[in-house]
Amino acid sequence: MNTEWYVVLSSLLFAVGAMGILVRRSPIVILLCLEIMLNAGNLALVAFSRMVGNQQGQVFAIVVMVVAACEVVVGLGLIVAIFRRKLPLDVDELRELRG
Amino acid sequence: MEAVLFFAAALGALGGAIGVVALRNPFYGVLALIVHLFSLAVLFLLLTAAFVAAAQVVVYAGAVMVLYVFVTAYVGGETEPVGDPIPGQKFLAPLLGAALFIELSIAVLGSSLLALTTHGPKVGPGFGNPEAIGKLLLERFLLAFEASSILLLMAAVGAVVLAGRQGTPGVSEGAVGGSSERAFGAVCSEHPPTAPSPVGGASA
Amino acid sequence: MSATAWAWLVLLFPLLGSIVIALGFKTLPTKVAGAIGTAAIGLAFICGVAALISLLGESPDARHHASSLWDYASVAGLDIKLGIFVDPLSVFMVLVVTGVSTLIHLYSFGYMQSDEGYHRFFSYLNFFVFSMLLLVLAGNFVLLIVGWAFVGFASYALISFWYRRGTATKAGMKAFVINVVGDIGLVLAAFLIFRELGTFEYSQVFARAPQVFHTNEWTVTAICLLLLVGAFAKSAQLPFHTWLPDAMEGPTPVSSLIHAATMVTAGVYLIARTHALFVLAPTAADIAAFVGLATLLVAGTIALVMTDLKRAIAYSTMSQIGYMIMGVSIGAYSAGMFHLMTHAFFKALLFMAAGSIIAAMANNQNIDEMKGFGKAMRFTSIAMLCGGLALAAFPGTSGFFSKDEILAYATARGGMYEIFTVLGYFGALLTAIYTFRLIFRVLPGKPCPEAQELIDNGHVHHAHPFNPATGEEEDTEVGFPGADHHIAEQSWPMRAAMGVLAFLALFAGLIQVPGVDEVVTKFLDPVFADSPLTQIVPSVGASWAGLAIGATISIVGIGIAYWLYVARPETPAMLIQRLRPLHTFLVNKWYFDEAIDFLIVRPALAIGRFANRTFERVVVDGLVSSTEDIVGGSGRVVRVVQSGFVRSYALLLVVGFAGLALYFLLSSS
Repeated sequence: MNTEWYVVLSSLLFAVGAMGILVRRSPIVILLCLEIMLNAGNLALVAFSRMVGNQQGQVFAIVVMVVAACEVVVGLGLIVAIFRRKLPLDVDELRELRG
Repeated sequence: MEAVLFFAAALGALGGAIGVVALRNPFYGVLALIVHLFSLAVLFLLLTAAFVAAAQVVVYAGAVMVLYVFVTAYVGGETEPVGDPIPGQKFLAPLLGAALFIELSIAVLGSSLLALTTHGPKVGPGFGNPEAIGKLLLERFLLAFEASSILLLMAAVGAVVLAGRQGTPGVSEGAVGGSSERAFGAVCSEHPPTAPSPVGGASA
Repeated sequence: MSATAWAWLVLLFPLLGSIVIALGFKTLPTKVAGAIGTAAIGLAFICGVAALISLLGESPDARHHASSLWDYASVAGLDIKLGIFVDPLSVFMVLVVTGVSTLIHLYSFGYMQSDEGYHRFFSYLNFFVFSMLLLVLAGNFVLLIVGWAFVGFASYALISFWYRRGTATKAGMKAFVINVVGDIGLVLAAFLIFRELGTFEYSQVFARAPQVFHTNEWTVTAICLLLLVGAFAKSAQLPFHTWLPDAMEGPTPVSSLIHAATMVTAGVYLIARTHALFVLAPTAADIAAFVGLATLLVAGTIALVMTDLKRAIAYSTMSQIGYMIMGVSIGAYSAGMFHLMTHAFFKALLFMAAGSIIAAMANNQNIDEMKGFGKAMRFTSIAMLCGGLALAAFPGTSGFFSKDEILAYATARGGMYEIFTVLGYFGALLTAIYTFRLIFRVLPGKPCPEAQELIDNGHVHHAHPFNPATGEEEDTEVGFPGADHHIAEQSWPMRAAMGVLAFLALFAGLIQVPGVDEVVTKFLDPVFADSPLTQIVPSVGASWAGLAIGATISIVGIGIAYWLYVARPETPAMLIQRLRPLHTFLVNKWYFDEAIDFLIVRPALAIGRFANRTFERVVVDGLVSSTEDIVGGSGRVVRVVQSGFVRSYALLLVVGFAGLALYFLLSSS
């Protein structure tokens, strides 16, 4: 399969992830959709790395994975903290940051 | 052969993604994501990125998803209420998702980058090996490598501070590796921390 | 040292005196402050004399020097320097100003002794002298305007010296506002001069003027008329005269210095200095002469019925300045300046004597209640008599020679100017009558209770201080002599000053006897040599004829006053009865105050009210609050986006991204 297929698949996954963020209300699921988007980016990176012929895209993909891991750690920490304070785990309920 | 594998993996990835979005119970969503990640690993293998595929399975599906599982277990998988307080959101979201996909596809398919239509150049057998990736990481991208280590450390500290018990920050003696392990230990402080489990893959 | 160096010193000493006294107002004892003030002006006088000697050492044609310390502004064709101009005219004025000021400072040393604001008084007085000297020594129109404005300020500060007194502050404001009107005229004149002649320096302006202007061209006439506005406002001529009687609210030394001898003569000096321009605009000069004549007569008639001692003398000042303005406008420059000098002497003396009498009356200025001070206060009476004789132009006194010289010149000029002579003599008759009206009412006769108290115990009468005009009690904390008043008989500085002035008032005329010696004319001739009007010189015979007529009129006037107030004291009451409407008209000062109120003050207030109610409240406030409303409203509208829902923020993000991608797709296709 040529690179186009992979990149189109990556953009499809990205769109699905974006839609998921917009639709779901549970913060855990939103984080999961965020993972989908990050992975879509990774797929594109690796595909292009194969297209170009060097491995720099793959290294970049690994760094992206590291970043995703960190972000998940902090995000889940937040969720646990929210849960500990007996607040509802619903992004529509948690909306005090507004004008 | 490659095409069959590709479509199978693509279907798996897509199915997993749609599952995450569509399934009501977060537990099921997490499991769907694991399926998605494994499919992606297959796709990486198809792109001769062996190390990345391995890392994907070990780190992502292995460590990160386990973290998700634990947190979802702790927090509880309540299903979401049905109504939507934001007017128009449920209607606009699929529309925008579709718009995004269409635009990106047009960008890719209509691109004048001719290399897109190829399979890529012939690569030797060591392409995508840990040795090759390691060489790049430690020689050319050393700064990025070190920076990501610091990022991991910061994330660990942040998580500990966020989720720690009131009054006891829960920071024990600092160690370089296994920061996710520490966070995981702090999160589930009711359960005695287990022995070093295979979660040290983050310190690449 | 050169004349200009002495002139700079003349300016320096009063300024230093003012600053030193002001800075030490808490620490310096009163006597020291007074001594410093007087000494400062005394030193300035000495420097003025030195400048005079230095000038006399040069040939008459070379007696004009300009000297500047530094440039104020040298930009775009403007070249304004901090410069002075020393010539016979300015040195003459310097000597008159510093000489009379020294004596008045000496007088104030005693008179203001018990006043709480002693230091402030001397500081202001020194500053005033500095400003007046700056005015007369200025070498260009800009510095003239600076001095002019400073003098106006000093006058305001000194008129409302007792600032807790409502009438005093109102009078100060009135004086200042009218002065500012004059300032506007002067500034506009300066602008026009610069526009037409391109310079502000005196020497250049007067040299270029004849080359640039034709006679009676509208520009030079406009300049002269604007200069006249300034001169009339400062010198209290019609119609800008209403501030002078009210300015008597200030302490008596202020009245004698500023409103008799120096500030009000600034207008005369101005016309004399800019005579080159007036020669080119004879129409304006004639207008000035007629205004001077009108003021002379109007003020003379009002002085006939004034019952406030100081105000009567103030109207007399106005009248005499009318003579001076008339003099310098028709071309009798040296005569006008000479009258300025003699007037300074005898008017200052009259005010000093009046101050002494008012002090004996415990600050009651109403002559209806004064009688018999001739017996009670010998020295003051003699001084007052000397001043009165000089004012009435009694033969041999200084006023005799100076006033009649102006009228002799008017006769010599002939033609229309004979009117000035005739009416000038009529004014002299009025002067003699009203002067001796005051003297005969206050000095002879059976002593009033205050005078009696002086005769019996030698004590000055005490009274609870209150403002006769409004009846409110005086605030003696900031000034206003409380229990202590100082009369000349008990204060040697007052006697010294009055003595010197009495001598000058009687005998200073001898320096300008027609045909014998004409010191002033000879001294001032080089300054006015460029005016064709100086060619008209009255013959000695004509001058003496004029002097004879003047003597007769003076004696007749004194006689009439004697008859009205001493021989047949019931006559005035009967006259008032018979001519009641005329009397009311004169007592109300020809209704000038009411006219100005109606024509100017009320419309101005109405405009102000309109501006406040309509423009300010509706337009300006409306604009401001509608801007505020718009901003607030738009803020409220925009705030809707900040709902707090994370998902709607995410939606907006995605919308933005999709839009951007669409844009790039479209633009690249």
